[in-house]
Amino acid sequence: MSAPEVENKPADAPEHCPGTESENAGKASACAGCPNQQICATGPKGPDPSIALVKEKLKEVRNKILVLSGKGGVGKSTVTALLSRAMAQLNPERNYGVLDVDICGPSQPRVLGVLGEQVHQSGSGWSPVYVEDNLSLMSIGFLLGSPDDAIIWRGPKKNGMIRQFLTEVDWGQLDYLVLDTPPGTSDEHLSATTFLKETDGNWGAVLVTTPQEVALLDVRKEITFCKKMGIPVVGVVENMSVFVCPKCTTESDIFPAKTGGAEKMCEEMEVAYLGKLPLDPRLAKCCDEGKDFITEHSKSPTVIALHQIVAKVQDFFD
Amino acid sequence: MLEKVKHIILVLSGKGGVGKSTVSTQLALTLSESKFKVGLLDIDLCGPSVPYLLGLEGHDVHQCEEGWVPVYTNADKNLAVMSIGFLLKNRTDAVIWRGPKKTAMIKQFLEDVAWEDLDYLIIDTPPGTSDEHITVMECLKAVNADGAIIVTTPQEMALEDVRKEVTFCKKTGINIIGIVENMSGFVCPNCTECTNIFSSGGGVALAELAKVPHLGTLPIDPRVGALAGSGKACVKELPDCTTSKILQSIADNISAEKS
Repeated sequence: MSAPEVENKPADAPEHCPGTESENAGKASACAGCPNQQICATGPKGPDPSIALVKEKLKEVRNKILVLSGKGGVGKSTVTALLSRAMAQLNPERNYGVLDVDICGPSQPRVLGVLGEQVHQSGSGWSPVYVEDNLSLMSIGFLLGSPDDAIIWRGPKKNGMIRQFLTEVDWGQLDYLVLDTPPGTSDEHLSATTFLKETDGNWGAVLVTTPQEVALLDVRKEITFCKKMGIPVVGVVENMSVFVCPKCTTESDIFPAKTGGAEKMCEEMEVAYLGKLPLDPRLAKCCDEGKDFITEHSKSPTVIALHQIVAKVQDFFD
Repeated sequence: MLEKVKHIILVLSGKGGVGKSTVSTQLALTLSESKFKVGLLDIDLCGPSVPYLLGLEGHDVHQCEEGWVPVYTNADKNLAVMSIGFLLKNRTDAVIWRGPKKTAMIKQFLEDVAWEDLDYLIIDTPPGTSDEHITVMECLKAVNADGAIIVTTPQEMALEDVRKEVTFCKKTGINIIGIVENMSGFVCPNCTECTNIFSSGGGVALAELAKVPHLGTLPIDPRVGALAGSGKACVKELPDCTTSKILQSIADNISAEKS
């Protein structure tokens, strides 16, 4: 089996497929006999026309942050919400937006405390839901009738939804648009990356991990993804790092960093290490209830650590 | 396809990082300790965890006349494992594939792996309700799988996604064997105070709401976490811990129902 690579050819393509976006698509010698030859030879060529539409629509968005992790359940959505809320509080004169591109498991409406809100249509597109005066959110969660509704979609429909979020939402002028993603290195990630790559302004990825090897293993793959796709890596946040017993203040490693944790992995993979967020059970509770952890528990070591991470992220972009 | 496999069990969760792979590997080890012939198929293509958890990283898959030979955990060959992790040259390699390629790979895993006679095939899945899940569900319709074990953690944020997975099972006609609540409560090793870091009881409540069995509640036990990478069975190494008792009861439950 050949090593997996960046895909722009169908699963049943011949070995030397020139790629569906190539000038030679459907015409190269390798195309003879390929079941897709007809489609490639007659279909429109070149890059997706939506890329230009996204560029136009996001021209007033200065910075874009992708929050990524190969692993699920490490706190991508929590870090997205904390980062956006912290930046919005520190800079009340600036505007921030959050886009949840986790189509099958949207968490942002709950975490940002706007569960059950509706998205409205206006002349200039969909209006996002405002969490604060300077913090807006768009998520597929707002479009579902019931929390039990499942989005049972294959890739192309998910990609279509992400395209709509980037071309039809009326974000207005934003200093930062933060994108929360699902785990993995597949459709959602490729689509978001393809669309954002051509936009004006800065962009970069913040990666989230937990300290144990089984999570780091997948996060290394995500860093490889960023390098292959040319996404600048802002750095890695280690979440759920140490747990302090609320009764006796003994520290426990719930997810032990047997292989040195995120800091060591960052050295190996040559990316920046942004810091660690200690495990505070009150944070999980705030996320469940949609409360603002930063103002509710401003003395928590997790909030103090968060502000240091936020400063590093802002430095990267400014 | 899968003619030599008696029972097929899917391990699902809408949410990532709740312990699907840990439950899959430990359940496979528990069943193999009970002298069953077990296969474990990892269809998480972008984040395969099974080779690491079982201490099998670096093993290769070979080709034989009947297809791909899975990797065995020991010479007794009572646990056979297949994962895309065995096909990658380097552990940092990323599988950057859109849906159609993932679908093709999963079909190959289901059709072309030369499993010997198996009592149980456990299939570990990625989070979500998308390509991988639709493909495996469609392929397994022809072979009559036993059903799915759903893993969750207790907090609302995870349950919200897991409810969607329950809907997926109900809509697509997958039998739900039951729900396992993982990471419920952590007992401080110093003062024995129990803190519900990710809340508690959510899995029980979901099982009631969805009218499916609750298979058990697993605490956060760093001793179980420490077994990751060793390939050792929790039921053998830590026979007295709660996790072992629940794993054994799930295994007994599955085998009693089917035999």
